[in-house]
Amino acid sequence: MGRRRAFGHLLLWRLAEFRREPEVIFWVFVFPLLLAIGLGIAFRDGAPAKLPVAVIEGAGAAEMAAALAAAPELACEIMEPGQAARALRLGKVVLLAEPSDPVTYRFDPSRPESLLARAAADAALQRAAGRRDPVAVRDEAVSEPGGRYIDFLIPGLLGMNLMGGGMWGVGYVIVEMRIRMLLKRLMATPMRRSDFLLAIVASRLIFMLAETAVLLCCGRELFDVRIQGSVAAILCVGLLGSLCFSGLGLLTASRARKIETISGLVNLVMLPMYVLSGVFFSAERFPAAVQPFIQALPLTALNDALRAVILEGATLASQWHELCIMGAWGGIAFALALRWFRWS
Amino acid sequence: MAIAIRCQGLYKRYDGDVCAVDGLDLEVYAGECFGLLGPNGAGKTTTIEILEGLREATAGTVEILGRRWGRHGRALREALGISLQETKLPDKLTVREVLRLFRSFYARGADVEAVLARIELTEKADTWVSKLSGGQRQRLAVACALVGDPELLFLDEPTTGLDPQSRRQLWDIIRGFKEGGGTVLLTTHYMDEAERLCDRVAIVDGGRVIALGTPAELIATLGGEHIVEFDVEAGGDEPLDPALLARVRSVSGARRENGGWRLQVREPHAALPELIAHLQAAGRRLARLTIRHASLEDVFVTLTGRRLRDG
Ligand SMILES: Nc1ncnc2c1ncn2[C@@H]1O[C@H](COP(=O)(O)OP(=O)(O)OP(=O)(O)O)[C@@H](O)[C@H]1O
Ligand SMILES: [Mg+2]
Repeated sequence: MGRRRAFGHLLLWRLAEFRREPEVIFWVFVFPLLLAIGLGIAFRDGAPAKLPVAVIEGAGAAEMAAALAAAPELACEIMEPGQAARALRLGKVVLLAEPSDPVTYRFDPSRPESLLARAAADAALQRAAGRRDPVAVRDEAVSEPGGRYIDFLIPGLLGMNLMGGGMWGVGYVIVEMRIRMLLKRLMATPMRRSDFLLAIVASRLIFMLAETAVLLCCGRELFDVRIQGSVAAILCVGLLGSLCFSGLGLLTASRARKIETISGLVNLVMLPMYVLSGVFFSAERFPAAVQPFIQALPLTALNDALRAVILEGATLASQWHELCIMGAWGGIAFALALRWFRWS
Repeated sequence: MAIAIRCQGLYKRYDGDVCAVDGLDLEVYAGECFGLLGPNGAGKTTTIEILEGLREATAGTVEILGRRWGRHGRALREALGISLQETKLPDKLTVREVLRLFRSFYARGADVEAVLARIELTEKADTWVSKLSGGQRQRLAVACALVGDPELLFLDEPTTGLDPQSRRQLWDIIRGFKEGGGTVLLTTHYMDEAERLCDRVAIVDGGRVIALGTPAELIATLGGEHIVEFDVEAGGDEPLDPALLARVRSVSGARRENGGWRLQVREPHAALPELIAHLQAAGRRLARLTIRHASLEDVFVTLTGRRLRDG
């Protein structure tokens, strides 16, 4: 009875500190949503922006502009030469077309948009001049929920959030208690250390539920991100991910005695994974030589498993490999942390 | 009399070769309020935290309530109430929540509302810790020590930084605890606190006990219960001779201090006429003269030649 009561009060304490800290609420709930909204808008699918093209003033410029207007992917404007050169340099237009003989295109061949614009402009001009295409073609746009950037992004943000929650919510919080001599004060009571650690981890799991619910619900309402997998499977992956990063958070906090130390350590652990583990873009983009390393990172495993269950409706069993990676990181981290932990 | 705390041959050497506690023996009886009095860096915190089982001694034995740390750690924790020199309690909890949290760690303990009333924080029960004044926080720290209904209370500088009224409030709380049969070990560098609150005092300096006894006993060792301090006007032929001053009737000691003089005196009414006559004979004129009761501060000054608060 007494035992459960102490655990309950410790848990209530953690939850109260979280609830009563507006900045934490912002970083945990609002910030990932703002990120999702910002990136969702920047990379939204649907009608892509038109490629800006400048036609250089001179004889035949008006005809050329009319011909280019037939290409739906281009937006063209007539400019005098100096202005056009400047616009190209500043990236305001991606291609200059000069109605000389022969017609001259001026562009930076290393820019993909410029190449696209050149191909589209040339096709439009040739067709206007009477070219007939021998093969009939038809374009079909594919933009189904499930395959868009935002679908890729939401599980990645969730994984990132669970990592941040574990590292800051366990690591930073414990070091702060150590600095404030609060850990020492608790050690001066008959409190069981296991109650204390369990309450911190349990509070992380409760926040995990809240974070997952908020992100996935907002993803569905705002961006129509559809959840294919079972809620139970998603929560199991989230739970294991949360435990894993709580363990890493505890490990980084086990000896640190300064805020600078813990901040540095947490960033040292998290920054590489932000970049490598496929939060904002696929981890597959990195060279094959580093793939074994990237695939062994806990955030890569968490993101892959979250994407598989959320977007593809994969079963837990099919994700055993990712779950094992997270379990191993978490298990080793907890074991080392408990061994090295300084209570005062 | 039952012994609540006993430690023998306590040494603590920190890395860097600081000998913070240097062979300290202590016996605290059950039911008394015992004070460790000493300047900054004397080793008070180190000593009390070793007794509390929060630091390891380099050498020496410690027995608390007849038990040792280690084997009986958990059982001991249930019987102790501790307030550290510098704990910052959880900022975002209310006073009542903090007390409930600490209460939940103890198998049996005091009623939270009763403790709130005892430390006169009932009005602030629903205020966040971050919004309390320094004095209220310190009272809350003591309340956290009381909420487990301890037999033995350790308080490390419970009143440092408080205004006189808040200090008196805390003294009342500590006296109340003692009247209920509890034992208190506290550290302080306020001599008036030690004099008024403590049954016995150990004066600590450089990690050793340099004097031990009731405040009255310690003051009596000065050989005079009054202190006469005076300055003489500048000029005059030759400096006053301390040996001559000490020979004035009823004076048991004389020393220069801060450019003036400080005499330990048994009976001021006998000493003063003779002192004034002596000064007149030497052709010196009094610039200032005060008489006061001797304090533990004077004991410390006499023993070490330093003032307590200079560090
Ligand atoms: N953790 C530590 N590591 C190294 N030296 C320490 C440590 N803690 C204390 N000391 C040193 O030990 C000596 C005694 O310190 P302690 O804190 O016990 O003094 P104190 O009597 O409590 O002083 P104060 O009145 O300032 O609280 C000091 O010289 C201090 O510098
Ligand atoms: Mg101290």
